[in-house]
Amino acid sequence: MGPTLKDATAIAGIGQTPFARQLPESEKTLACRAIVAALDDAGISPSEVDAFASYTMEETDEVEIAKAIGAGDLTHFSKVGFGGGGSCATVAHLAAAIATGQASVGVAWRSRKRGSGPRPWKNTQVQLPTPGQWTRPFGLLRPADEIGMLARRYMHEYGATRDHLFNVALACRNRANQNPAAIMYERPLTREMYMTARWISEPLCLFDNCLETDGALACVVVSAERARDCRQRPVYVHSAAQGLPAQHHGMVNYWNDDPLTGPAWAAARHLWKGADLGPQDVDVAQIYDAFTPLIPLSLEGYGFCERGEGAAFTEGGALETGGRLPLNTGGGGLSEAYVHGFNLITEGVKQLRGTSTAQVPDAATCLVTAGEGVPTSALLLRS
Amino acid sequence: MTPSVPPATDNRPGSGADLLLPVPDDDGAPFWEYAARGELRVQACAGCDALRFPPRPCCPNCRSFAARWQRMSGRGRIWSYVLPHPPLLPAYAEQPGYNAIIVELAEAPRIRLVGNLVTAADAPLNSVDPARLRIGAPVKAVFHTMPGGVTVPRWLLERP
Ligand SMILES: [Zn+2]
Repeated sequence: MGPTLKDATAIAGIGQTPFARQLPESEKTLACRAIVAALDDAGISPSEVDAFASYTMEETDEVEIAKAIGAGDLTHFSKVGFGGGGSCATVAHLAAAIATGQASVGVAWRSRKRGSGPRPWKNTQVQLPTPGQWTRPFGLLRPADEIGMLARRYMHEYGATRDHLFNVALACRNRANQNPAAIMYERPLTREMYMTARWISEPLCLFDNCLETDGALACVVVSAERARDCRQRPVYVHSAAQGLPAQHHGMVNYWNDDPLTGPAWAAARHLWKGADLGPQDVDVAQIYDAFTPLIPLSLEGYGFCERGEGAAFTEGGALETGGRLPLNTGGGGLSEAYVHGFNLITEGVKQLRGTSTAQVPDAATCLVTAGEGVPTSALLLRS
Repeated sequence: MTPSVPPATDNRPGSGADLLLPVPDDDGAPFWEYAARGELRVQACAGCDALRFPPRPCCPNCRSFAARWQRMSGRGRIWSYVLPHPPLLPAYAEQPGYNAIIVELAEAPRIRLVGNLVTAADAPLNSVDPARLRIGAPVKAVFHTMPGGVTVPRWLLERP
């Protein structure tokens, strides 16, 4: 067996801007602020940065960011595709680069003005021929419609109900109510609000959909050895994986034998294979929540329960503080901020430092996942 | 000058508005050509006969690059559906309560097509009462020529 990623690297710094529906500064400025804050958190000079990783959908690029923050010579830079599916892979790519000596100080970031910017699905000129030709003419226009199809089928096959989806929305909202940085801080959600909310794509209502947010986040990845000399307690990258399963079709995963078995299953198999831990050892989870049904699907995919049991798993406060698996403790994409899942990574780091606003006592392991329903990625972090 | 690609939307005056038209790629073009003749056909491998959708250059089963287009009966069942609500593109928002469905084909349930359930080939996208939508309901294909000249399959309930 050759070198492994296991605990070879650590997240040494995190940074973020405020989150809001509308921020005045540009994506580039926000990116620089988050990155400089993350490096300051780690106690590492920007001039030491020699690696970058982000999303292909990130519109600020390495050349601009590197010269703005005064980075050194870059020897590794990578971008990961598939929107929110790439979040955890940005850290994984840096971890791989650092563990194999290609770089020593890596920064991953995401800056996005989704709150005040255009809705991506409105641009009909970039309608991709495949699979757009098979879906768009019929009014299947938005991610909410595409995931709504899978959600309806999931509810039909397994008896999942809107109350199960509400359990997810409520857990995220309750944690956001504890997090002053969250968009939904001090804005509680009730079952009545949920059940009477307007539809976005029936069976999904307003509260099944993530926020639309302006904001930026970043984290700093270094070797485990270097991390132990940094300002903050290291959060080790214990295991990491990407997942693009055979015959997968992206968010319109309708054309294979089992559309409800998505990328989470493929990522999970590799994630657990590279880990000393299993699902039963996870103290707290940050699971990508652009839409509430992604949570039961991911709970199944990552092995917290069997196929078809993800909805039932959410019952009895399982996702709340003190529950079986406290979820999205900063509020997640549903209630803290929707920045393509990057806030789930930083919240995982906060939990393992012991500094979350909804701290799980003695949390030592955290699963972070990227977007389910598209080629995805995941990280298993430990303190 | 003739445009080499069809417009992404149909915005001719009187068309009833900018419904999105299919933007075919090389692999998908035959599907739309057959649809224009009122035929529902699915790509099949000429080597191992496996059906595949969406169409693609190579058979994932036997890697043959030879393909044919197999005619389907046009019968199927609703596999799932959604009722999209605003915010939507205007042409769709103007047909509130419209549905988008997925149909699994009777002869090949793993081949599933996204479409609309309507009361007649040329009826509006919201012509069916949403309460009539049921997973498992049998449906049959009809063909509707959009104002932009592109023909798309649509679906009628077998037992309206
Ligand atoms: Zn074949």
